[in-house]
Amino acid sequence: MAGAGVLEVFLRESVMAQENLPAASFFDRNFGIQGRDLEKVLAAALGRKADYADLYFEYRRNEGVSLEEGLVKNCSQSTANGVGVRVLAESKTGYAYTDDITIENLEIAARTAQYIAQNRSAQEPVPVGQARGAAHDLYPVKTPVNDVALEKKVELLYQIDRYARSLDARVKNVMVSIGSEYKVILIASSQGLVVGDIQPLTRLNVSCIVEENGNRQVGGFGGGGRVEFGFFVDAKDYERYAREAVRQAVLNLSAENAPAGTLDVVLGPGWPGILLHEAIGHGLEGDFNRKKTSAFSDRIGQRVASELCTVVDDGTIPSRRGSINVDDEGTPTHRTVLIEKGILKGYLQDKLNAGLMKMPLTGNGRRESYAHIPMPRMTNTFMLAGESAPEEILRSVKKGLYAVSFGGGQVDITSGKFVFSASEAYLIEDGKVTKPVKGATLIGNGPDVLTRVSMVGSDLKLDEGVGTCGKDGQSVPVGVGLPTIRIDGLTVGGTRA
Amino acid sequence: MERMELSQDLARETLAMAKAKGATQGDVVMAEGESFFVTVRMGEVEKISQAGEKRLGLRLFFGNSSASASTSDISKNSVERLVEDTARMARVTAQDPYSGLPDAEELAREIPDLDLCDEAARAVAVEEKIQMALAVEKNALAYDARIINSEGGEFSNHFGRVIYASSHGFSGEYSGSTFGHSVAPVAKADGSMQRDYWFSSNRKFSRLESPEIVGKTAAKRVLRRLGGRKVKTCEVPVIFDPEMAGSLLRNLSSALSGYALYKGASFLVGRLGTRIASELMTVIDDGTIPGALGSRPFDGEGLPTKKKLVVDKGELQNYLLDTYSGKKLGLASTGNASRSIGEPPGVSPSNFYLAAGAHAPDDIIGSVQAGLYVTELIGFGVNMVTGDYSRGAAGLWIENGELTYPVEEVTIAGNLKEMFQNIEMVGNDLVMRGRIAAPTVKISRMTLAGD
Repeated sequence: MAGAGVLEVFLRESVMAQENLPAASFFDRNFGIQGRDLEKVLAAALGRKADYADLYFEYRRNEGVSLEEGLVKNCSQSTANGVGVRVLAESKTGYAYTDDITIENLEIAARTAQYIAQNRSAQEPVPVGQARGAAHDLYPVKTPVNDVALEKKVELLYQIDRYARSLDARVKNVMVSIGSEYKVILIASSQGLVVGDIQPLTRLNVSCIVEENGNRQVGGFGGGGRVEFGFFVDAKDYERYAREAVRQAVLNLSAENAPAGTLDVVLGPGWPGILLHEAIGHGLEGDFNRKKTSAFSDRIGQRVASELCTVVDDGTIPSRRGSINVDDEGTPTHRTVLIEKGILKGYLQDKLNAGLMKMPLTGNGRRESYAHIPMPRMTNTFMLAGESAPEEILRSVKKGLYAVSFGGGQVDITSGKFVFSASEAYLIEDGKVTKPVKGATLIGNGPDVLTRVSMVGSDLKLDEGVGTCGKDGQSVPVGVGLPTIRIDGLTVGGTRA
Repeated sequence: MERMELSQDLARETLAMAKAKGATQGDVVMAEGESFFVTVRMGEVEKISQAGEKRLGLRLFFGNSSASASTSDISKNSVERLVEDTARMARVTAQDPYSGLPDAEELAREIPDLDLCDEAARAVAVEEKIQMALAVEKNALAYDARIINSEGGEFSNHFGRVIYASSHGFSGEYSGSTFGHSVAPVAKADGSMQRDYWFSSNRKFSRLESPEIVGKTAAKRVLRRLGGRKVKTCEVPVIFDPEMAGSLLRNLSSALSGYALYKGASFLVGRLGTRIASELMTVIDDGTIPGALGSRPFDGEGLPTKKKLVVDKGELQNYLLDTYSGKKLGLASTGNASRSIGEPPGVSPSNFYLAAGAHAPDDIIGSVQAGLYVTELIGFGVNMVTGDYSRGAAGLWIENGELTYPVEEVTIAGNLKEMFQNIEMVGNDLVMRGRIAAPTVKISRMTLAGD
């Protein structure tokens, strides 16, 4: 890749951390794509009329190993590579991609993406934001889990199965899977940015089915991140996953019907932070706010939560599932304050929306793959710790629901109505946690729910690293976090009216 | 690297290479496609995307152990590596006596022409597609002054080709197309902002509903949500509009999946041949309907697809099975194997629908003194193991047999086992708008949580 213009720019700007350099040479080595080729394609993409163009090269290897009924029945692997060419002209995006990375195909894709710029009206070009700050090195993984001998992963799965079954005779089936991804990306833009990253990601999941007198229940637990295999085995975390899965399933054997109606709700720390993701996070993504279709549109500076609440999105926490060194447009990730002491502070942005809204980039331009157009997306979204002891929060509730584990959630961004579904919950009676109740969906209004947070615990916890967020058909890995909090009045969708 | 074209020959060559490496059985799934979409917003083009993709997936058996792999790199070296990788992985998986391909004599002998591809529509110009997206949005925006914004109008199409070959000597292929357009208008009045959506989807370009119908339907749907409020917690009859009733069918199809059943992860374990629903419930799965979105000439294992009665007047007649999950349950495949390329088979319904009943939707609404007409459900609060059901809902309150004010921020809860038994009326308004469809459905009682 010697003597190439764009790469010289890259060297001058030194936007890539040392560890990220292999990403650039990777595409040269494997596909013969060099700096001068990038320049040529970007020039074609930009044409005479567009404001901005970028190329997103991706190579991805996924591996999955799974066990059920005591047998590792499946092992699968997929390899994919491709490149997406994007052209921006005002608020318009032209996009084309190919999984056959050749210069000829890149040029065809560039011309296709350029098509959009042809019918633009005569307006001032919109300046797109420049990448700023230093790139991070948040996940210096030496041996990606993909490269760990398959036999070791298979053996781990058998160990987990035996362990889970040994915990309780009522365990009828155990399902364990370990998935790993090794992704190399390279982004080159018409602004002279060339930045690459290597993004390993792994996840271990345990779920089990227990049965007693014909009553069958399921429990599940898992974890992961941009980590090595040792993350699961060094401290035997996999045993904790298995214990949690079995405990949750067994607990559900005795769970009663959940109440229906408006109750005071205490959320436990960690994964219940999915509340923030649904109630607040999506509504603060730049695209919906630029279009003014979010329930949070035009509300910066206004109170949207009690003053106990400070909520951030932070893509820079080392090794986390939701962290990335640079986003999928090459912008280094940030810690963005969304809500500070109850006041709405900022939005999550990608280049297109930051440019059109004349707001700073936040490093939240993400995409599922080369086949997808970037959008503003969350990374790790959590509430900062408060001062209350968790026990004190529980003691304060006369009659309510204590929800500690959740399945998925969803939000209607325009009306602000969101749901998230508890998978482990208990009644609170006179300040004491009493009977377990069946899972139930909780529903609320995003711009309103955090105004009713009356206590925030000192026990901030991030989730275990299993979250995947879907938006417009694109999935990206994310994280959430929460200290124990009390919400005064939230609708609980049980069956006991 | 020299790229190769996908073909049945390449599939057979790949299987021959695997056989030379000692594989006892194997199959290849290949797919290629071209996709296009344009989104417009407030009368301007917003995004256009166009692309082509190819993938090759291989599954190999060494006796009773197996593994799968896929690649998007269709070159000689890459395919050789794929065979080696798959063989290497298969050495560490367990011997599973239930594994293997379907019996050779069961495989599809002829490949029916199900009219799945609209070749002529390849000629539709990008400009015309843009005009469709603009027209659907315009019809929604122009409908009422309260519709002040939009998440956009969209037109999309996909042309795809699937090739399947197995070491039993089977090889076949088919092409298909899908076209769709949709719009998501936003309405605002008295401090309430709402979004809704409507779409049309078809294998034939000319059979799409007109932009006028789609746009106006979306407009009506969003307007009727304005001013939504909570209601008091209560137990009432709940009517599911056809789209939402379709979501109940989706839940049913998950519970009927052979994989969920043999793992014990379905509330319908052991219920074959028994009464699982009200006698008003008859459910059909039919992969052979010409031109339908869920039709296929053969399934993901080369077995013929067919029409079958899944639930007959409340009695469960068929699970949804492929060869493996069928063997685990001691049953034959129902021709419902589906494949993600590079993965072992799974199960999915083909065209799966609740047969139309006797009642006009208005009569169903008219039968309710006080209750909820549900037009939207959000969240994932369905436990497939127990059938416990609790989801966020929005819709219209029914009073004295009439739709009144909009309702939002409530949940409806129950258990699918009881909900299916409690189906009290089924509408005569079945339209196959997608692969899974249902007419209006009334459930006699559910818990509605609100204030």
